[in-house]
Amino acid sequence: MKYIDEFRDNKIARSLIGQIKGAIDPGHDYIFMEVCGTHTMAVFKFGLKDMLPGNVKLLSGPGCPVCVTADSYIDTAIEYASQEGVAIATFGDMLRVPGAKSSLEKERAKGADIRVVYSCLDAVKMAEEEPDKKVIFLGVGFETTAPTIAASIIEAKSKGLKNFYVFSAHKTMPFALRALLGDESLKLDGLMLPGHVSTIIGSRPYGFIASEFGIPCSITGFEPIDILDGILKLVRQCQKRKADVEIQYDRVVHEEGNKKAQRVIEDVFEPCDVEWRGLGVIPNSGLKIRESFSDFDSEKVFSVVPRKVRSGNKGCICAGVLRGAKTPLDCKLFKRECTPENPKGACMVSSEGTCAAYYKYGKG
Amino acid sequence: MDTITLAHGSGGKLTHDLIEKLFLKELSNPTLKELADSGVVNIPKGKIAFSIDSFVVKPLFFPGGDIGKLAICGTVNDLAVVGSTPQHIACAIIAEEGLKMDILRKVTRSIKVAAKAAGVKVITGDMKVVAKGECDGLFVITAGVGVAKNPSRISIDRVKPGDKIILSGTVGDHGIAVLEARERLGFQASVKSDCAPLNGLIDSIITKGVKFMRDPTRGGLATTLNEMVKGAGFGIEIDEGKVPVSGSVKAACELLGFDPLYIANEGKIVVVVASKDADRVLKTMRRHRYGKDAAIIGEVVTGHRGKVYSKTSIGGMRMLTMLTGAQLPRIC
Repeated sequence: MKYIDEFRDNKIARSLIGQIKGAIDPGHDYIFMEVCGTHTMAVFKFGLKDMLPGNVKLLSGPGCPVCVTADSYIDTAIEYASQEGVAIATFGDMLRVPGAKSSLEKERAKGADIRVVYSCLDAVKMAEEEPDKKVIFLGVGFETTAPTIAASIIEAKSKGLKNFYVFSAHKTMPFALRALLGDESLKLDGLMLPGHVSTIIGSRPYGFIASEFGIPCSITGFEPIDILDGILKLVRQCQKRKADVEIQYDRVVHEEGNKKAQRVIEDVFEPCDVEWRGLGVIPNSGLKIRESFSDFDSEKVFSVVPRKVRSGNKGCICAGVLRGAKTPLDCKLFKRECTPENPKGACMVSSEGTCAAYYKYGKG
Repeated sequence: MDTITLAHGSGGKLTHDLIEKLFLKELSNPTLKELADSGVVNIPKGKIAFSIDSFVVKPLFFPGGDIGKLAICGTVNDLAVVGSTPQHIACAIIAEEGLKMDILRKVTRSIKVAAKAAGVKVITGDMKVVAKGECDGLFVITAGVGVAKNPSRISIDRVKPGDKIILSGTVGDHGIAVLEARERLGFQASVKSDCAPLNGLIDSIITKGVKFMRDPTRGGLATTLNEMVKGAGFGIEIDEGKVPVSGSVKAACELLGFDPLYIANEGKIVVVVASKDADRVLKTMRRHRYGKDAAIIGEVVTGHRGKVYSKTSIGGMRMLTMLTGAQLPRIC
């Protein structure tokens, strides 16, 4: 298949690995973080870890939107679902994320109206077709999903819908990376930056990583050849002792990003402080719905306070995993009490989660 | 009457009308015609295979098949993969009040066509109607009896390291076809379900050295391979590049983030044969309409006991585990 097969080519892969081997210093450990969950999954799916030289180590970062969603968000969504006439529309990944005491999946089994949609526009359609329902869409994601969700809010407004709302927990990458890199215990030789997010925001917002922190960066695509090429770019920067933001994924990512998508985000959302699982509250790293669209903001329309309950997920180290401080193998619950069927932490739930990747591909 | 009412399942006049005018008319055979409480048939001496399956697919009609065809093929295939000749089918239908009669008619005709294609007879049946909202349109349950040809020959116990794994064709077609029909994803190239009776294909190879067979339905190829190695003294290694996947399924999976190895099939078999028999079995399979894309995809190995490993396209190795959770609900 075009644009797929050539990026999964065995010969090219071997050549890239040869070049990586030629460029590394055998006496030095290279620790590269792949920020994005899709990278983590691809690394495992194609068996890349075992193909790389032993001293090139890949660490997973906080780039799985479901995984970094805080308990309190799930608890609030559950409270919404219990209200009369409310239907929750969500991407499938969110269903099983454990809140403090329950999950949306469990609540659905008890009778709450919670439906899986493949696009936010499906939720708009739901609201149109069922005027008696108050449809709340769970807006979770990074800059990649924010434009389509912003566009649905604009669409709902132009249609004059009075029963469509978004519960926004959108997050933005650059501020989160700044917070992450502020942790001095995290020693990184390079960052593989997320391809999809960068398609929207471009490469400029990451400039500080190279200039302030001196860490090499490569905005990388998701096919195995992309990832190997991205690693090679990082190794070469290390070799030359320089730090730049390179664009490996240049067939879709450009320096200035997608201006139209940026405008749509800007029109509907504004920056806010937001809580990240594992990283705490990071100033300006979230997107909330602007006042001019407040009729569509579930937090403005519904007054719901999640009941304060103690989290039942004791022992879960998702927080450390998301910071790159720990791996799933350090967790006592991993593969024992915490499995994809019965997840204790968000990193086991999402198809992009680090724990799910370790489990699925038989590590540990 | 153009819709199903509760009275159609009451056992009274409307039930009888439905049986005579629809089921008997379409599925007629001497045993069914007797309308006894059981279908009574002769079977040859020896063992029988006996299987049951329920079908709750949504939507009822999808490219390449419908719930009726699926219900016949599903049970026929379960009987055939254990090395029996499927012969008699019992079929129960649970309909939701308000279902269009036309839909029931179409499904019954489809059962007739599929049974004929598979060479089986529906010899007994049942129909119930539940109130609106108590089931989703139509559920079908089929049970079947097959006459075992040589059952002891088809057994996981005969599988040894060095044996080859043959897959009868492309994977993922059924799951993607149903998903597309349900969600109306609007792909340009429509994917058709591979739903088909496999007893003919199996007949053509069963005496040629087949040691073991499975049909990789729910959970897909990866899950079936895992079921084969579970608790066994061997492992399986496959070469992902050799697993046939159609371009449309590949594209749909890329788009939706699915792995074709975990998507359901309804017309495929995985066959284990001794290495020396592999080419012969492969050639025979390829001559059959349901095996024309057959390929040797891997082999049984002594290493990593109880586990399935896959060589990725770029030359890495990954472990294939069982499907966890429900990737695509209500596909069969």
